[in-house]
Amino acid sequence: MSDLITLSLLETIAGLEKKDFSKAELNQAYLERISELNPKLNVYLEVAKKSDEIPAAIKDLISVKGMKMTCGSKILENYAPPYNATVIERLIRNGVSFLGKTNLDEFAMGSSGENSAYGATKNPWNQGKVTGGSSSGSAAAVAADMCVFALGTDTGGSIRQPAALCGVVGLKPSYGRVSRYGAQAMASSLDQIGPITKTVADARKVLEWISGVDEFDSNVVKTPFKPTELPKDLKGVKVGVPKEYFAQGLEAQVEKVVRAALKELEELGAELVEISLPYTEYAVAVYYILMSSEVSSNLGRYDGIRFGSGRANFGAEAKRRVMLGTFALSSGYFDDYFIKAAKVRTLIKQDFDQAFRECDVIVGPVSPTVAWNLGEKIDDPLTMYLSDIYTIPASLAGIPALSVPCGFSSGLPVGLQILGKYLDEDTILNVGEIYEQATNWRKEKPEL
Amino acid sequence: MKLTKDQVKKVASLANLPVTEQEEELYSKQLSEILDYIDKIEDAAATKEVKPTFNVSMNTNITRPDKVSINLTQEEALSNGSSKGGQFVTRGVFENE
Repeated sequence: MSDLITLSLLETIAGLEKKDFSKAELNQAYLERISELNPKLNVYLEVAKKSDEIPAAIKDLISVKGMKMTCGSKILENYAPPYNATVIERLIRNGVSFLGKTNLDEFAMGSSGENSAYGATKNPWNQGKVTGGSSSGSAAAVAADMCVFALGTDTGGSIRQPAALCGVVGLKPSYGRVSRYGAQAMASSLDQIGPITKTVADARKVLEWISGVDEFDSNVVKTPFKPTELPKDLKGVKVGVPKEYFAQGLEAQVEKVVRAALKELEELGAELVEISLPYTEYAVAVYYILMSSEVSSNLGRYDGIRFGSGRANFGAEAKRRVMLGTFALSSGYFDDYFIKAAKVRTLIKQDFDQAFRECDVIVGPVSPTVAWNLGEKIDDPLTMYLSDIYTIPASLAGIPALSVPCGFSSGLPVGLQILGKYLDEDTILNVGEIYEQATNWRKEKPEL
Repeated sequence: MKLTKDQVKKVASLANLPVTEQEEELYSKQLSEILDYIDKIEDAAATKEVKPTFNVSMNTNITRPDKVSINLTQEEALSNGSSKGGQFVTRGVFENE
């Protein structure tokens, strides 16, 4: 029965319907896999005592009643949320149960998984490498077949980047597509919950389950997500290739792999169009002002009164961002930093509005490099921040973005990023799935 | 821009963050480097006069029916903090003044 764990979500659902295996066998297979690999990879912070439906993994900053929620922080070491997040309620309604809570950078702040108070998650492809972050455990869980699918959150790339570095599919839905009720707020004008899955079709299915209006998150848009039928090929699809995403800093081998993927899209019928997103170079700076400002406000709740221990227990990165944000919002600096950044955010958004007049999707790398060595960037926050250069612009513009495996460099996975118009997850998922079916990188598995 | 150790101390106190002298030193260096990088937005902001973007969903004034629904019980709401007689226990506000 060991093959069970390699099945995608849709294959698992089909197998259960045909009674090829039972839910008990399915959960048993995953629990065995977890007990075998978790000591080695540090993927789960808590494994559920009971899981008897379709087994999923949940990033440990999304509330699941009956399980602890640490947010990767020492502050919340003993916190147990007394309610379910909206996404959890919706998954339960669709026959999903939870194998456990996955590791992450503290309060979702990090690009490597190393900021967790509970130790870094190891990359299943090479255990000396980082998984990416902040949804480190969720991406590794899917890559190592330790769950059918996982939920992560993405504020500046935290779903897409670990998905890319671990060789799985990750979808950041449009801002306002999925309710965040019950997820720890990091930067509320950017945060989104989304799926990390074995296939693109799985990501579509999970998005269908979790999206839609919720009275507990007033930012959710009324337009429902409605997938259309998958086209045969990419004829008529205009793929924008932003020159700024192939500039200095992009590893040569990663560029080669991504260019080969572009060629493949062309062979599948797509038309490649060169586009420009001129304000890309300011995205990281804008993001670090706005995100930190929102973080400093959202993390104000950790005063040790209603939950958790005191503020002395914040890790180094959390402290750094709270201070940066407090500074950017402080009297005398608010106009120079926060307001200016919010204006440049408009320019970045306009870049995309302009580009989407010439193309249907925008394609480029997710990360300028493959997974790096554990410890390599941890003492240099700025270098770490710059590793998110290709994921941050879409977050600032609020548009949907998909990461799909597109090959390997030195034995480590590379992700292809597909960006879409606001609320047009349908097109990026279709492009991603057609590419995935033509290439089948997803059949490659790490040796564990 | 540079953030001196004294400024770090001030910001930390505004953010209610306990930091050691050693941390003040480290954060002064790291935050200065980050701010030096961030200052580049100056160039972009100067190119065009635009309105700031705070929220891309464009949702405004979203309301829901004002009706009572199942919510946390008092016991659940208090379950993660220290409480006494159905209320949270906090430090006195004026004790540290």
